[in-house]
Amino acid sequence: MEETLAHPLEKYLRTEKLPHMWCPGCGIGTVVQAFLRAVDELKIEQDKVVAVSGIGCTGRIPQYIKFDGAHVLHGRAIPVALGIKLARPDLKVVVFGGDGDLASIGGNHLMHAARRNADLIVIMVNNFIYGLTGGQVAPTTPKEATTYTSPYGPDSKPLDAVKLVSAAGGTFVARWSTAYPVLLKESIKRAFSHRGFSFIEVISQCPELFGRINNFKSTYEIYQKIKKVGTIRRGISPYDAKYDWNSEISLGEFVNFEAPSYYDQLREIIEKAKGVKE
Amino acid sequence: MSDSRLIFVHGNGAIVEGAIQAGCRFYAGYPITPSSEIAEEMSKRLPQVGGIYVQGEDELASINMIVGASMAGAKAMTATSGPGFSLMQEGLGLAVATETPLVIVNMMRAGPSTGIASKAWQGDIMQSRFGSHSDYEIISVYPWSVQEAFDLTIESFNLAEKYMTPVVLLGDAILARMRERLYIKQEEIIDRKRPSEPEGKYMPYKRDQSLVPVIASFGEGFHVLKDSLTHNENGYYYENPEVQAKYVRGITEKIKKNAAAIEKYESVFTEDAEVVIVAAGPMARVAHSMIIDARKRGKKWGMFRPVTIWPFPEEQLKKSVQKAIYVIVVEMSTGKLVYPVKWSINDNDRVKLVSWLSYEAPTPDELEHLCEKEVNG
Ligand SMILES: Cc1ncc(C[n+]2csc(CCOP(=O)(O)OP(=O)(O)O)c2C)c(N)n1
Ligand code: SF4
Repeated sequence: MEETLAHPLEKYLRTEKLPHMWCPGCGIGTVVQAFLRAVDELKIEQDKVVAVSGIGCTGRIPQYIKFDGAHVLHGRAIPVALGIKLARPDLKVVVFGGDGDLASIGGNHLMHAARRNADLIVIMVNNFIYGLTGGQVAPTTPKEATTYTSPYGPDSKPLDAVKLVSAAGGTFVARWSTAYPVLLKESIKRAFSHRGFSFIEVISQCPELFGRINNFKSTYEIYQKIKKVGTIRRGISPYDAKYDWNSEISLGEFVNFEAPSYYDQLREIIEKAKGVKE
Repeated sequence: MSDSRLIFVHGNGAIVEGAIQAGCRFYAGYPITPSSEIAEEMSKRLPQVGGIYVQGEDELASINMIVGASMAGAKAMTATSGPGFSLMQEGLGLAVATETPLVIVNMMRAGPSTGIASKAWQGDIMQSRFGSHSDYEIISVYPWSVQEAFDLTIESFNLAEKYMTPVVLLGDAILARMRERLYIKQEEIIDRKRPSEPEGKYMPYKRDQSLVPVIASFGEGFHVLKDSLTHNENGYYYENPEVQAKYVRGITEKIKKNAAAIEKYESVFTEDAEVVIVAAGPMARVAHSMIIDARKRGKKWGMFRPVTIWPFPEEQLKKSVQKAIYVIVVEMSTGKLVYPVKWSINDNDRVKLVSWLSYEAPTPDELEHLCEKEVNG
């Protein structure tokens, strides 16, 4: 048999689009690999997955992975994804987005998708900064850090998306980091079998901007910081999870329970309506 | 299906009837006067036919949800009014860029800003064409009666599917609320084309003679990418001047070069008309009564009504004003429709504007008086 050097995940890549645009050492690649491994291990049909994203470095993911994909407007991945899911409930619809994309400009959609228990997997890559636009402050930027639009430090304290999504009604809420790719992959696998809204935040390194601006000399240094600050907690409530750059960013699965998904609820309405005579 | 019946309904209701018959099975919208009855009626009717109704958290969510639903193959629509239409502009551009069929109803209200929610105006004629940024073309229709609201809703879905584009159905607070008889009968329904080439060979944004690409829906096994970024025939983003030029030409020419097939208009008593009134929507009903009356009194007046506002029926207007000494545009705004009229007519100093700045429509007499003033100075 002929030996090939193909990567075992190559069938999931739009190889003609390579090389990709991400900087060396960027954490986004780790997230892509964890996701593809999860799909591969679960043997999910390639034709049944739709990858949806807004604009950002993270938003470029659907350009490189070979599933149906939509690369839409900044902040609007969730409503597009929900439209897709409701029109084709048999498809697995996954949203990839940066913290600006999903928690700032798209924050309202995130909150309402959680409230509805929308049948989506949302993977938010939190690199503490706006990457694609060149290093501006994000709602997730720690008070201790600087960016190109917060040279004196951010004007207000950061948002902990885990608490927001949990409070709004998300039924699967987790946070991992690029330091734990295997745990991230396992969590993505669980999200695939969860019915309803799954939210996974991934703390990730942006060596090019967040790293440089904050005096991390190399990818290794910022990666080490992310590794150190991320502390795995099992069985704690999302409201006890910490999001503190100095002491701890808690990692783990904070919420996981069953409740009727948005599509289930809409099915119920359709059942009711069919009983009504015009 | 032999579904023909006569009902008595308002413009908003007629649009819902048309949408259901056209195959619309997904609606997302945010309530806003004077379009809310469309949402209310859709929330009742769609589940009855197995469709999905969503009240979005805002208009940004609503337009983007219908983009998603349509990308996955559903016929989808939303309805709004000025403030919501403004919020939807970026999403409309997304539908243009990804060539995703949609119908967006904009029931025009008096404005700018929040204005007067329940009162009619015709101020969004330009916004329906130019509201989203950069280069694009759009199809926009404007019915003048309840019956036409129904017919043009079906037509809008058909045009959207045929040309893979969003279609803006303009209305106003008068059309939304006016109640008339509506004759419902089965119309021809057009569905978007399906790819005929196999995965691997198939290119979603490639154009044949029709200039319209055949774009697979999600879940059909083609691994298509629908990108808001400039893309090539494969749907892939490249920062390259040729790709950009070809992309913009592609999305604009499919409308421009097919304009003659898309355009609809009505030309009444214009063959010998010395004065041609141009009006659209319910305002044209007043103009119509006026010219019929004027004819009885021996005046050689006629009327031209664009039914597709965009593409504007330029050639047809030109033909209709050949004998005209004056072309008088009457509209409920400081002047929007007057621009495409002027663009269409070379010697355009004969084009006059009657700008009716009351949200209550004029009577035919009032309108005639104002038009007379334009003619006689
Ligand atoms: C409506 C709109 N506003 C602003 C932008 C510019 N923009 C593009 S990406 C981005 C933020 C990127 O940061 P994030 O979402 O955190 O993603 P990252 O690049 O860090 O992965 C901004 C502000 C845009 N494309 N659209
Ligand atoms: S700018 Fe930062 S987030 Fe963007 S690709 Fe480079 S390292 Fe990654």
